[in-house]
Amino acid sequence: MKWFWYASPQTFYPLAGKIARAAFLVAGVLAAAGLYIGFGVAPTDAQQGEAYRIIYIHVPAAWMSMLIYVVMAFWAAMGLAFNTRLSGMMAQALAPTGALFTFIALWSGALWGKPTWGTYWVWDARLTSELILLFLYFGFMALQASIDDPRRADRAGAVLALVGVVNIPIIYYSVQWWNTLHQGASVNVKGSSMAPVMLAGMLVMTFACWAYAIGASLVRVRCIIRERERNG
Amino acid sequence: MAEFLSMGGYGWYVWGSYGVAFLAFSIEIVSLRIRSKRDETQA
Repeated sequence: MKWFWYASPQTFYPLAGKIARAAFLVAGVLAAAGLYIGFGVAPTDAQQGEAYRIIYIHVPAAWMSMLIYVVMAFWAAMGLAFNTRLSGMMAQALAPTGALFTFIALWSGALWGKPTWGTYWVWDARLTSELILLFLYFGFMALQASIDDPRRADRAGAVLALVGVVNIPIIYYSVQWWNTLHQGASVNVKGSSMAPVMLAGMLVMTFACWAYAIGASLVRVRCIIRERERNG
Repeated sequence: MAEFLSMGGYGWYVWGSYGVAFLAFSIEIVSLRIRSKRDETQA
């Protein structure tokens, strides 16, 4: 691959369009399959009854909220290090989709908390750090929007994105570091404590969200490329 | 079908989660489409 060739917005633009279309198609197929496994195949949970089925949107959304932030911070760092135009555009394109997944994780978590913990919200470490993640996305977007010169906006946003990345391990390890209502991780690099069919549904939904995020952010980066070309 | 929708009494929580998620994805897709169309007509 000629990476630096594709690092030019003009050559990346048509490629992004092709990938976005394929990504949305993959997202749709995987979401249908994941929902079928989650609601049609996977059995009722012995402890939580049907309420546990929120897991198929909650966990993928929460994973995506963190992953997208890390990818956004990566592009921000690339932009600062190599001063490549496309890097800042990618970071800017990822932020709204990351905020969307963060919101879905918080919302579905609240609706899952009520029947299982008896409350929609508690100020515990996991929930609070995820809320801070939402504010980091909003802060990044507001800061970029407030600066007229796009290159300066990219650099300012990049600094904020990189400082905020410290929140990601805090979210991830919050359930180990602090006493929290939130359960520990059911899935990690060593394996899973879930029933295989439930895990399968969750992973398929995760890949659906992944494909969706790729599609949405590539459509948005195309908009940003066009708008910046026009406005010089 | 009614049994499926009731989700064992957890219908509001389960469908409330998926409904809002679906709505959020839809809003993003529609707003991206509008933004793309606007860019094309102004280009």
